[in-house]
Amino acid sequence: MEILVCVRRVPDTAENEIRLNSAGDDIERDDLVYSVNEWDNYAVEEALQIVAKIGGTVTVVTIGGEDDEEVLRREMAMGANQGVLIADEAFDGSDGKGIATILQAMVRQGHYDLVLTGVQAEDGGAQVGGMLSAMLDYPFASLVNSIEVLEGGKLKISREIAGGNKEMNEIDLPCVLSIQTGINEPRYVGMRGIRQVAGLEIPRLTASALGVDAGTVGVAAAKVKRMDYFVPAFGKGAEMLQGSSEEIVDKLIALMKAKGGLN
Amino acid sequence: MAPIFTYIEHHGGVADDSATELLAAAKQLNASASPTAVVAGYGPELDTVCETLCASFGEVWKIADQSLAYPNAELVRKALVKVLPKGCLLLVPHDHFGIDLSPGLSVKLNAAFVSDVMGIEGMEGSNLKLVRQEFGGQISAHVRCDISSGAVINLRPGAFKPIEAVPANGQVVDKSSEVGTLAAGRRYLETIVAEAGDVDITKHTVLVSIGRGIQEQDNVPIAQELADAMGAAVSCSRPVVDAKWLPKSRQVGSSGQTVKPKIYLACGISGSFQHLAGIKGSPFIVAINKNPKAPIFQVADVGVVADILEFLPELTSKVREAKGASV
Repeated sequence: MEILVCVRRVPDTAENEIRLNSAGDDIERDDLVYSVNEWDNYAVEEALQIVAKIGGTVTVVTIGGEDDEEVLRREMAMGANQGVLIADEAFDGSDGKGIATILQAMVRQGHYDLVLTGVQAEDGGAQVGGMLSAMLDYPFASLVNSIEVLEGGKLKISREIAGGNKEMNEIDLPCVLSIQTGINEPRYVGMRGIRQVAGLEIPRLTASALGVDAGTVGVAAAKVKRMDYFVPAFGKGAEMLQGSSEEIVDKLIALMKAKGGLN
Repeated sequence: MAPIFTYIEHHGGVADDSATELLAAAKQLNASASPTAVVAGYGPELDTVCETLCASFGEVWKIADQSLAYPNAELVRKALVKVLPKGCLLLVPHDHFGIDLSPGLSVKLNAAFVSDVMGIEGMEGSNLKLVRQEFGGQISAHVRCDISSGAVINLRPGAFKPIEAVPANGQVVDKSSEVGTLAAGRRYLETIVAEAGDVDITKHTVLVSIGRGIQEQDNVPIAQELADAMGAAVSCSRPVVDAKWLPKSRQVGSSGQTVKPKIYLACGISGSFQHLAGIKGSPFIVAINKNPKAPIFQVADVGVVADILEFLPELTSKVREAKGASV
């Protein structure tokens, strides 16, 4: 099976405290730790496991610039056969639909049986996979948390729905699936693995190489634009307990007792 | 402004709770608008839902088709593309169905799409100004959406407070004949109900809930010891289940269990909305997190900035002392 996995490099929210910059128009990007989007990493692992079972290849693709090569190399160190970097200034400022338009061109150039994305990225969009499938007229399923390859060009998949329940579906290939975290246990990638793929060439594709009309992507075509970031004024927030850890523990125990928690 | 439609989910003949939230959001978009409810399904249950919705919507568009007896997003999308007018605004809940439906629908309608919207701040020219969250809720963003050729907007469940419904005395409009034959490349098979776990976290009045801050499986007993001392159960957020450190039955959140404890200790949990959606009944929430900016502190009653791996053992020994003293 030929599998394409769309990945993205994002600030790692587990490692960073996301703050406003001094101008208030963006987050503070200095010293941010970046990594591959968590959902995408599960998608790559799932693709590798499918190929290990039934054969095929895994290609990882990202849209961005030079900095984004590192996530492709990381996924190649996991075992992906090929990485592709889609890079063109014409793509800057694309909204979700612009990104899907670019990926659609990439899919049409290949012969992929299966296209995987993560359910969402750190901006919580949860949109590119569904848009891509509609542009390709491929079937789509979101929130996928298991995949079984069936005979006759089909998959049996489960989707995560409310209450921990699973919705089982059969889906025809080729299709697009958005992968939920927890579907598998992504393998560990060490420095040694990264070094082994450091010399591999990563082809770059531009708008013209993909045959993408620059007027349909980028900031000019984007109907959805982020204007600014801000820190919301929520309710009063928590009463923060201060003092030595011993004092804090004593206060906390008194509070929990008062609320009936230590009976 | 373009006409506003709301996509109503339903189960067993009852409209989903999101219906009243979508109505409230539609009124925020345009206070004088009369939003239309769109409902897809099949059989007497669908009719019951449509009739009920007439109490709060001026028009209820019914799409009845045997293939829609279970809501398959691809089939619903194809039906909606046939019946919705060009350039309309469609509001959809941002849940497992809306995530499946809306992005592809927006492509087929040639409309803009914004997901997981938490607030509506009104129009600026032909742009709608919306509020979203990014980075796991650590920061919010204003988003501008050009709605001149229509828009599909997914709304975060719980973000829009239901308003007092004005009696609408609406009517059902049957759109089924416009839909034609529906077929999809994806077919629903069955729903597998989650297995009951060893511990039923929905029955406990005190929960010691752990998140990513527990760091590794070997640290889980630190939380269990505190829970044992307090007569509580250990629950968790999604990353702990993804890492297989605790079974799915211990997960609190929209994709896990809904709990109603009296006291909820959120330990090393950042506080995503999906997690918070699983906590009901307004418990006393204690948040312990080493990141002072963690979103959990905005919703907790009491907060402690500390590393749970150091703080929980201290708390456990003091709880044991306190319990010993009171016996």
